[in-house]
Amino acid sequence: MPQYPNRQFLDFEQPIRELYEQIDQTKKMAEKNTKIDYSSNIQQLEDLIVEKRKEITANLTPWQRVQLSRHPDRPYTMKYIEKMTTGFVELHGDRNVRDDKAMLGGFAQIDGHTVMIVGQQKGINTKMRQQRNFGMANPEGYRKALRLMKLAEKFNKPVITLIDTPGAFPGQEAEERGQGEAIARNIYEMIRLKVPVICVIIGEGASGGALGIGVGDRVLMMENTWYTVISPENCSAILWRSWEKKEVAAQQLRLTSTDMKGFGLVDEIVPEPSGGAHWNYTEAAAYLKDSIVKALNELKNISPEDRVNQRIEKFGRMGFWNE
Amino acid sequence: MKKEEDFDSNLSGEEESSDNPVGAANAEAREKWYRRFRKGITTATAEKKETPEGLWSKCPECNYICTTTELKENLFVCPKCNYHHRIGSEEYYEILFDNGEYISLFDNITSRDFLGFTDLKPYQKRLDDIHAKTDLKDSMRVAVGKIDGEEMVIACMDFEFIGGSLGSVMGEKFSRAVDYAIQHKLPYMVISKSGGARMMESAFSLMQLAKTSGKLSQLSDAGLPYISMLTDPTFGGISASFGMLGDLNIAEPGALIGFAGPRVIKETIKKDLPEGFQRSEFLLEHGFLDFIIDRKLLKQRLKHLIVLFRD
Ligand SMILES: [Zn+2]
Repeated sequence: MPQYPNRQFLDFEQPIRELYEQIDQTKKMAEKNTKIDYSSNIQQLEDLIVEKRKEITANLTPWQRVQLSRHPDRPYTMKYIEKMTTGFVELHGDRNVRDDKAMLGGFAQIDGHTVMIVGQQKGINTKMRQQRNFGMANPEGYRKALRLMKLAEKFNKPVITLIDTPGAFPGQEAEERGQGEAIARNIYEMIRLKVPVICVIIGEGASGGALGIGVGDRVLMMENTWYTVISPENCSAILWRSWEKKEVAAQQLRLTSTDMKGFGLVDEIVPEPSGGAHWNYTEAAAYLKDSIVKALNELKNISPEDRVNQRIEKFGRMGFWNE
Repeated sequence: MKKEEDFDSNLSGEEESSDNPVGAANAEAREKWYRRFRKGITTATAEKKETPEGLWSKCPECNYICTTTELKENLFVCPKCNYHHRIGSEEYYEILFDNGEYISLFDNITSRDFLGFTDLKPYQKRLDDIHAKTDLKDSMRVAVGKIDGEEMVIACMDFEFIGGSLGSVMGEKFSRAVDYAIQHKLPYMVISKSGGARMMESAFSLMQLAKTSGKLSQLSDAGLPYISMLTDPTFGGISASFGMLGDLNIAEPGALIGFAGPRVIKETIKKDLPEGFQRSEFLLEHGFLDFIIDRKLLKQRLKHLIVLFRD
């Protein structure tokens, strides 16, 4: 986890940066005036930072929540796997085209359960971001995810998916290899999967690219994430015919975890450290692990047949209409 | 090469899209023609009147000019170049069901602005405006009827209703159509023609992909065939769910079919797309379609398939 001064600050996080700068100045003064004790001043400022973090996340607009979900310091899938599980063995490839680096997965142990964990992975630096294709999987990524989920089913291990994608990759080769078919197949197979399936939005939950690994018995959303049918930017471009309306689009789309929980489209909101998951990876992973383990224990006592039927019924209830 | 169309802009439900900054947004000439043409058909639907005499139509592909009556007799396929004009549920049902006789199902299910979604206008206003202009209740209809004596449930999209977009109503009608097929042990076909998900229903529209897949799982367990017929255009949420999940995936010739629209792909890869990209023939070549079928041969092929699946 990056520490100040290597932290990055979003525009609405600037007050926190200022507090860090004040701490720096105070420390410099302390070096010059060794006779005065500045430690209480520094402690005060550090307390203020914690306060400020709380204050900022308490009053975010939907668009700011979207920005937070994309925070450059935010933990990604691999980080949660590191922090939540032991004995992770990464498994590669779709056995057909190639290994898609935007989607990763493998067996791991979490609180004594062997599970299959699958998720989109974003890169942590410029080079890795390219290699991970910004978390936008190609069809072979979705097919790799499906291969691993079917493997889990064969050996009766629960599936956990960690979702963080700005969308499935819209490229020429993706179309040639059937991006639509790959996502469709995953959705169809996931709803029929005999083992428990727990899906978590840990960052961005954009459209079919997210749902392609997002059909589960429990769907959880971390506090500062978004999940809907289209990104606010693209929604603005299509419906408002302007790139300038992303804030309004974010608001109209009702894409926050609170909205989604309110609609019954997700089952639970996983809390984050104050200020967001990027302030404390260990704490963020601990909250997530708690929720996952709780769900695993609830689901393991249901028969596979009931679980599949309940899953189909759960998604079958979603929608609103007049009649 | 056909002039490019921006499917996304159809999803806005706006007819005029000339000020759209996101690309080649001008609704294509053929689309406008289709709407004009459709108005004639729509009144004919309601009162079973013939298409007005003396109305001429020009093929957007080869510029061939013929009367609308002639075109209708040719199942809205250009007599000269075989271009398949876009048609709606009413036309497909008339073409496919014996004597044009069928029972409409679940017509009473209509869209509701649950989220209070407002873009350039409120979603509810958009719905009211379309309802005032057409007989269509939503972007998909479901009907049961006979195909050369063989009973079948057919769901069919109407592109002119907010770009044939997938929302809660389509998801619910689809689900009930599957229940009906299972209850009556009938094969099921969906004729798709859609720009993608209905954004005004936000995440609810996305969840229809999972909802419909769950129903297809039940249909599959019941051992009943599901045919997905893709027509021009079929994109986004449809191709990422039931559109690509047929026991058979079939398409009309020349239809544009894909996950991402051509505009988005071009912006992403910053290259021109090859000739014929995302057309039916391209999908067949890449292994995603079982076959391409001419509209004039569809009915007899369906009958044949129903028999093959059953006997
Ligand atoms: Zn022609």
